[in-house]
Amino acid sequence: MKLVEVSHRSDVRRIAVVSAGLSEPSSTRLLADLLGEAALAALEGSGRAAEVEIIELRPLAHAITDALLTGFPTGDLAGAVEKVASADAVIAVSPVFSASYSGLFKTFFDILEPETLDAMPVLIAATAGSARHSLVLDHALRPLFGYLHAVVVPTGVFAAGEDWGTNDVAGDLRKRVDRAAGELADLVVARPALHRVDPFVDVPDFASLLGS
Amino acid sequence: MEFGIFTVGDITTDPTTGRTVTEHERIKNTVTIAKKAEEVGLDVVALGQHHNPPFVASAPTTTMAYIGAQTERIKLSTSTTLITTTDPVRIAEDYATLQHLLEGRMDLMLGRGNTGPVYPWFGKDIRDGIALAIENYALLRRLWREENLDWEGKYRTPLQGFTSTPRPLDGEPPFVWHGSIRSPEIAEQAAYYGDGFFSNHIFWPASHTKRMVEFYRQRFEHYGHGKSEDAIVGLGGQVYMARTSQDAIKEFRPYFDNAPVYGHGPSLEEFSKETPLTVGTTEQVVERTLSFKEYAGDYHRQLFLVDHAGLPLKTVLHQLDMLGEVVAELRKHDAEAAA
Repeated sequence: MKLVEVSHRSDVRRIAVVSAGLSEPSSTRLLADLLGEAALAALEGSGRAAEVEIIELRPLAHAITDALLTGFPTGDLAGAVEKVASADAVIAVSPVFSASYSGLFKTFFDILEPETLDAMPVLIAATAGSARHSLVLDHALRPLFGYLHAVVVPTGVFAAGEDWGTNDVAGDLRKRVDRAAGELADLVVARPALHRVDPFVDVPDFASLLGS
Repeated sequence: MEFGIFTVGDITTDPTTGRTVTEHERIKNTVTIAKKAEEVGLDVVALGQHHNPPFVASAPTTTMAYIGAQTERIKLSTSTTLITTTDPVRIAEDYATLQHLLEGRMDLMLGRGNTGPVYPWFGKDIRDGIALAIENYALLRRLWREENLDWEGKYRTPLQGFTSTPRPLDGEPPFVWHGSIRSPEIAEQAAYYGDGFFSNHIFWPASHTKRMVEFYRQRFEHYGHGKSEDAIVGLGGQVYMARTSQDAIKEFRPYFDNAPVYGHGPSLEEFSKETPLTVGTTEQVVERTLSFKEYAGDYHRQLFLVDHAGLPLKTVLHQLDMLGEVVAELRKHDAEAAA
């Protein structure tokens, strides 16, 4: 699959937010919502119409395991995969489990077709009970998305339990959220809208297959 | 239109009894199944090729020749012949020999279908899968069509003045299908040569098969082999039948739940909805099979998987009795459609 520039596409930029929180309510989802809203505001501030779609992985957990075993996503999961593949940017938020992203979070990205995130602007974020886990962003999430050829914005956002307890959410966490969202918006604005080429349209002519 | 069965030649423990057939039993059962397929009126039996356990089918042409000697009418084919790791010179020789022995009652389906370590065992690299399929087949075609061949490629020792023997029966190389689950390049290859394209169909959703077949048909026409609707399409299918659909589901569920490839994943009901798997009465199988045309168009070959996942021989033979009824019914529809 390759990417081509499209000029005729609608100007609405779409951000897919993947949230791997398991509890209800979930601090991972809370952070995902904050990041989504901030990215929307940043894009609108740059004069771009934008929309945010939240993808909760918990209700897709069985389908994700099935897709791992059969090789193809079905039902709502197929829709979620398509949302990510066709997005202009992705915000990926995982809780920290055993010193890394959760297995569910990883499995969702494992079942994507290999080139799905090529050149995709991605904002990484994580939550945990303690700030001692904060390096998970740079030790686990950043290498994962680097491997997937995504363009990860410099600021990752980590929210520990104590971040939710400060007397104003407009404090440090909000600053980090806005900065990361601003970086993501800058990437989205700076680049042309990308269209992922249909693999069937992109098959090389047989003469070139023979020659290669 | 041709109807038949295809097998991968797996040895899987019967989950209802814990019994595992020996390799000897599995090979002999494959012969019994093929003879039964002829008896119930099927047109084709296709055998797999694999080179690691739990598969027993490493030497398809040997088994095909043995079956061919004991049958009169049924066509022998493969599902698939490994074009990536088998030397194309050996494919040319083995299948041309088979063609002579069977008086042409055979064809073959090429596939990459290999598990990871098989490539290095044969000195190849899985990342070259598509390139191997393309170069090896280009050579295979020339081996069947040219004598004193000079050839040089990337993946095999060059040939100088080589003539593959025996020459194809009456100078007409065996018909070739290209099988694929999900690689558009293979559909492109089939279209380029005007060969048949077989969509595995059973492991992926119908929407995917539809796209693969449409793509092959368009490219077949593009390369000037005829109209897209005349392109030579084959489809896989997977069925389990009983007198009532409740019985069929009850009997097949333990095999489904523990099957290689998709076992321990989606439920039988989910998988039946997403893929062509049909577990029910013969009428349901007829109806479902007829529906394949809605997205694949008129096609030439329908093969069913009936002997996997540890199903015992007795059950498979009973399935073939019912498949015979199904195929008789499908032929009536086919004849009506053609009239």
